[in-house]
Amino acid sequence: MAAEILTITSGKGGVGKTTATANLGVALASKGKKVVCIDADIGLRNLDVVMGLENRIVYDLVDVVEGRCRLRQAMIKDKRLQDLYLIPAAQTRDKTAVSPQDMVTLTNELRDEFDWILIDSPAGIERGFRNALAPADMVVIVTNPEVSAVRDADRIIGIIEAEEKGPGKLLLNRMKPEMIERGDMLSTDDILDVLAIDLIGIIPEDESVIVASNRGIPVALETKTLAGKAYNNIALRLLGNEVPFEILQYKDGFMHKLSRLVRLGGTR
Amino acid sequence: MSFLLRFQRRDRKSAKAASDRLQTLLAHDRSGITPGKIDALKEDMIIVISKHFAIEPGGVSIELSRERDQQKLIADIPLVSLRKRRR
Repeated sequence: MAAEILTITSGKGGVGKTTATANLGVALASKGKKVVCIDADIGLRNLDVVMGLENRIVYDLVDVVEGRCRLRQAMIKDKRLQDLYLIPAAQTRDKTAVSPQDMVTLTNELRDEFDWILIDSPAGIERGFRNALAPADMVVIVTNPEVSAVRDADRIIGIIEAEEKGPGKLLLNRMKPEMIERGDMLSTDDILDVLAIDLIGIIPEDESVIVASNRGIPVALETKTLAGKAYNNIALRLLGNEVPFEILQYKDGFMHKLSRLVRLGGTR
Repeated sequence: MSFLLRFQRRDRKSAKAASDRLQTLLAHDRSGITPGKIDALKEDMIIVISKHFAIEPGGVSIELSRERDQQKLIADIPLVSLRKRRR
């Protein structure tokens, strides 16, 4: 086994990095892969909450780096999926407690044991982001259909390419089909045109994401939900399968209109 | 201000506005050329070009644009004589 290291980042905060990390972790593990999710947002840990594992933390990432525990002791095993683990961030320290080299060393230790190592990057382009980027084999950039979020995604794409971690793949989160349809939201094509990178998936705005995070049950466990299905499709694409991109659809009054807002096939 | 509001009401397609703003924003971000630098260049160009031709200074526009990987400066400089002839 030689794990693929996937860093999930965005530049802008609040676009859904942590939710994406938790759900991709769940989706990959549910497909029989051995996965560890690492929360690199030191000082503002949240991946534990989204995954519903917050009550089981004893040691964290900084404890490992500073030698207070062995790596294995900081790994929390998921309750629902056999091969899913979390290494939580420290809550009381800051980003400088870990260096990019620490992250490389740590992930190298995990590589032989896992299929996938997912790193949840903090917002920004500072140390925490550099930590998350350093060991990455592949980068997923999460963005929302808003000018500010796409602008930050562009900046991140530039840095990733400069660090030779590029080109990265784009995850469009919180897309609202009815707003796109009436011309009040940037469409998939609008965003891909300016960013010019490959798409890995489209997550529609879905209340079940919030319901899921309220309960600490990642939505990817519920494959009947729109978002859950979309996350599972991303996992399949990460595993090398050709899965057509979602057609965002919406209900308009009495008519159930279908709107083809995204290109099928994903030739980009 | 009232003009702006009227404009917003008429142009309800805010996605178009977002897309246009984004294109401009990214052109500036990627090149590191600020809108202020463009304005300064524009003023200099008006002075220099006016030495040779009669131009409409109010109609001059300089924009950053992108074609594939190539960043471009596109200048649009209306000449006085041409405008008058059209009328």
